[in-house]
Amino acid sequence: MTVHNIYIFDRMGTLLYYQDWNRLKNSGMTKEEEAKLMYGMLFSLKSFVNKISPTDPKEGFLYYKTSKYTLHFLETPSGLKFVLNTDNHSQGVRDFLQQIYKEIFVEYVVKNPLCNLNEPIQSELFKTKLDAYVKQSSVFLTKSM
Amino acid sequence: MSRSTRFDTKKVNSELVTLTYGTLVAQMVKDLENPDDVSKQLDRIGYNMGIRLIEDYLSKTGSGRCLDLKDTADKIQTAFRMYLGVQPNVVNWSPAGDEFSFSLDSNPLTELVELPDDLKQLKYCNIICGAIRGALEMVQLDVQSWVVQDQLKGDPNTEIRVKFIRRLEDAMPAGED
Repeated sequence: MTVHNIYIFDRMGTLLYYQDWNRLKNSGMTKEEEAKLMYGMLFSLKSFVNKISPTDPKEGFLYYKTSKYTLHFLETPSGLKFVLNTDNHSQGVRDFLQQIYKEIFVEYVVKNPLCNLNEPIQSELFKTKLDAYVKQSSVFLTKSM
Repeated sequence: MSRSTRFDTKKVNSELVTLTYGTLVAQMVKDLENPDDVSKQLDRIGYNMGIRLIEDYLSKTGSGRCLDLKDTADKIQTAFRMYLGVQPNVVNWSPAGDEFSFSLDSNPLTELVELPDDLKQLKYCNIICGAIRGALEMVQLDVQSWVVQDQLKGDPNTEIRVKFIRRLEDAMPAGED
C-alpha cells in the first residue's frame, strides 16, 4: 500500500496545497497546469456523475480506479476538495481523508489566524504535520517502491 | 497529536470568554466613538470567525449538506451548544419558512454586562450574527442575521433572527462555462 500524492483545493478551485510521496513519473506539465486540469476533471466528473445517477446521488463521486492507481475524492460541504492518489490496495482512504481534514487542515490552517484561507498554504507547521501524519498512517506503508 | 485531542475535550472558563469579549468591545467603543461603527465591526469580526468556525464544525460533526432550512436551524442549534455552551430554542418561524429565530435564555457573552445609557443602541452581541452569516455563506447559504431582542436592553431573552436570502451557486473552474 502506498500514497502517491495529495491535492487540496479551495471552493474556488485554487490549489491550496500539493505534495507527493512515491510518485515515480511526472505528468510533464507544470504544477499549475496539472492542478487546473485536475480541478476541471473533478468538476466535470462530479457534475456528470450526478447527472446520470439513477437515484438521488447524495455524496456523488467518491473515487475512480485505474489499473495502477486509485484517486480518492473528498469534498466538504464548505467546498474544500481533498484528492489523494494511492495504489489499488489501500483501504479506508476516505476516512483517512476525513481525518486529514479534521486533524491537520482544520487544526493547523483554519485555526491559524495568520493563514489566509484562499491562498496556497505556506505554513511550515502544516507541511511537517501533514507529512508526518501521512507517513505514519496505515495507508502509507510502502513496500513495492 | 496531543494538540488535536486536547482541543476536542477542553472547555474554557465561561467567565474568561465573557471578560475577554467585554474588554474587546470596551476597547472598540473607546477607539471608534460611534456605537453603530462598533456594532458593524463586531459583525465583521463575527463573520471572519464564522468562515473558519464552519470548518471546525463540519470536521467535528462530519455532517453533510442541509436538506432544508429546518435542518440548518437544528445544526446551528448544535453549534451554539458546541461553541457557547448554551441551548437556544428555535422559534418564530415565518409562514413562508424562510425566517426563524434563536431564543437564548442565557447568553454567556452578556453575563456580567450592563449597558450604560449612552450606549443603548450598541448591538453588543452582533458578533454572533456575524458568525452565523459567515458560517452559512461557506456552505452556499446567503442569509441575513440580526438581534431582535436583547436581555441587555431589558427584554426577557435574547432573540437572534436569521433570514434566508438565496442559495449561492457552486463556483465554476476558470475558463469553463
